[in-house]
Amino acid sequence: MDQPNILVVDDEGDFLETLMKRLQRRNIPALGCSSGEEALQLIRTSPFDVVVLDIKMPGGMDGIQTLKEIKKVRPETEVILLTGHASIETGMEGMQSGAYDYLLKPILLENLLEKMAQALERRGGAAQRAQSERIRSLLPKG
Amino acid sequence: MDKHLYSRLQTKIILLTLAVSFTPLLLLGVMIYRQFAAMYVEKIREQIHFRAESRADAVDLFLAERTAILGAIADTHSLAEMAREETLASCLAIMNARAGAFVDLGVIDQHGTQLAYVGPYDLAGKNYYEQPWFGQVMSRGVHISDVYLGFRRLPHFIIAVRRQEGQRNWVLRATIDPELFGRIVQVGQIGKTGDAFVVNREGILQTQPRHSGNILEPSPVRPTLFGKQTMTVDGALLGRPGVLYAGTWLKSADWLLVVSGDVEEDLAQLFSARTIQTLIIVGGMLAIVLTTIFTTRTLVRQMIQAETRLREMDAQLIQTDKLAALGKMAAGVAHEINNPLAVILQKTGWMRDLLEEEDLRDSPNFREFRDAVLKVEEHVERARKVVHDMLGYARRMEPRAEAIEVNRIIDQTVDILKNYARNNSIDIRTELDPALPPTTGDGAQIQQVILNLVNNAIDAIGRNGLIVIRSEHAGDAIRISVADNGPGIPEHLQRKVFDPFFTTKNTGKGTGLGLWISYTIIEKMGGTMTLQSKPGEGTTFTITLPIVPPPPQ
Repeated sequence: MDQPNILVVDDEGDFLETLMKRLQRRNIPALGCSSGEEALQLIRTSPFDVVVLDIKMPGGMDGIQTLKEIKKVRPETEVILLTGHASIETGMEGMQSGAYDYLLKPILLENLLEKMAQALERRGGAAQRAQSERIRSLLPKG
Repeated sequence: MDKHLYSRLQTKIILLTLAVSFTPLLLLGVMIYRQFAAMYVEKIREQIHFRAESRADAVDLFLAERTAILGAIADTHSLAEMAREETLASCLAIMNARAGAFVDLGVIDQHGTQLAYVGPYDLAGKNYYEQPWFGQVMSRGVHISDVYLGFRRLPHFIIAVRRQEGQRNWVLRATIDPELFGRIVQVGQIGKTGDAFVVNREGILQTQPRHSGNILEPSPVRPTLFGKQTMTVDGALLGRPGVLYAGTWLKSADWLLVVSGDVEEDLAQLFSARTIQTLIIVGGMLAIVLTTIFTTRTLVRQMIQAETRLREMDAQLIQTDKLAALGKMAAGVAHEINNPLAVILQKTGWMRDLLEEEDLRDSPNFREFRDAVLKVEEHVERARKVVHDMLGYARRMEPRAEAIEVNRIIDQTVDILKNYARNNSIDIRTELDPALPPTTGDGAQIQQVILNLVNNAIDAIGRNGLIVIRSEHAGDAIRISVADNGPGIPEHLQRKVFDPFFTTKNTGKGTGLGLWISYTIIEKMGGTMTLQSKPGEGTTFTITLPIVPPPPQ
């Protein structure tokens, strides 16, 4: 598998674990971690094209803080926020802080993939566009 | 609702209104009637007073004229001449030609013997010395007698004059036609019930009265009650209540001329007037009663309606309080529910992934597994929606005031829902006014409202349709409309769509809070939200937000 260029950050173990399994099954090179601090460390080490970030992580840094830090370190990273709180305000705050988009939990994988594909496309490069195409091909037509 | 209380209130209002309106009406009616009656009595009193006076004058004139003519005949003839029947007859003829009403004429010497007589009765040679009038005329010279029967045994009265011829006195006596005299008196009768008659000093009738009694019988009138001047006496004093008597003493005879008026009988005419008056009053009362009952009933009905409305509003308020509490609680647990739901959805997704594998596809229970997974997902979605709507409610607090650009909010909202719409073959089109001014409001809440409207539109269309979102600058306001070409809302439901918990969606799909929340959000921002819908053509929701220019930064 390619070097993972997608990072999923969520403190809910079961969610993260299952989501990772489903992405792997679709051959999407993703890496998972369970806290903002961990994510930042990973990002500092190597760049990711897309970060899927849960906003509410009671343990440590929350999603918005993490997002701001990511944007400081690697501003080109596209961040998709996830929130269990169906609140548009936090979503908006995230958008204002530079997030690409946000999704309300519970999410359908198809919606997440669609957003990932869009984010990758926006990243630009040829590799990213190819990956975006591939992800789109996984989605049901229509 | 206490029906009994209302019916008692209604009765009270009706009675009070009736009392208040009837009392003056009745008082007025009675007063008018009394005044009218008093005036009428006064009128009758005046009338009979005047009549008695004028009749007395006429009767006096009648008697004086006849006395004068009799005196003139006596003065111009000697006893010798008068004792001849031919002369006497020609004198009677002259007297009747000049004055009339003379029945007979007799000449009587100073011893009371009738020397000559002309007239219908056989009275020649009769002696009148014992008759009371003879003494009177011998002593006074002129005398008008009371009515008496005399030798002829018929009621009559006479006028007698004495003539002194040297040492001898003689008397010329004439009988006055009592019927003619009576008729002259009776001219004084007023109306259908009034009477006019003459009584002597003892109250004996001298003429035939109209109603009760006969000539020479005692009348109810007591002449002692009447003074020199014309006087009116209430019949109550004479045992004839309701009758007024006016009396005038005659100058030429010792007689009282009486004119009476039956007030009660005369008032009968007034009674007929009173009947009309009474009818009008009764009609008026009836109108008042009906109006009072009608207005009171309307009033009470309106009160009952108002109370019912108030109770409904109370109930709604209580409901709202309950919802507020519910919403807060929901906000607290929503996150905790959404996270497990997210896990469940990933797990079921994973199960679906695994079910794609061939060995599992061949399993006899493959279909059962797949259906079960789909059902789980369906119910996760259902739970998610409930939580989402409740959160929407919980967040419906005071709107924030921030600078917002409505067009951007619409664009963002469309972005959020584009995929969902596309999945259902629904096109979302925007027609945004580029010159829309910025305003102040709660962007998140406006977005929630638009999200809600578009979401509803998508649900309403189902599949294959078009949603158009427009924004325009309308005077002092920004108008946002969300139009769909879905099936529309039936007219009878259009008023209800903004009610809390009203939903046409299937159980579990909608909580019925969405539009209510949207409506109250817009209302709190000072805007309005309306809907136009035609069944079969689609629905348009229109939001009007007042423009509040954001403060310069």
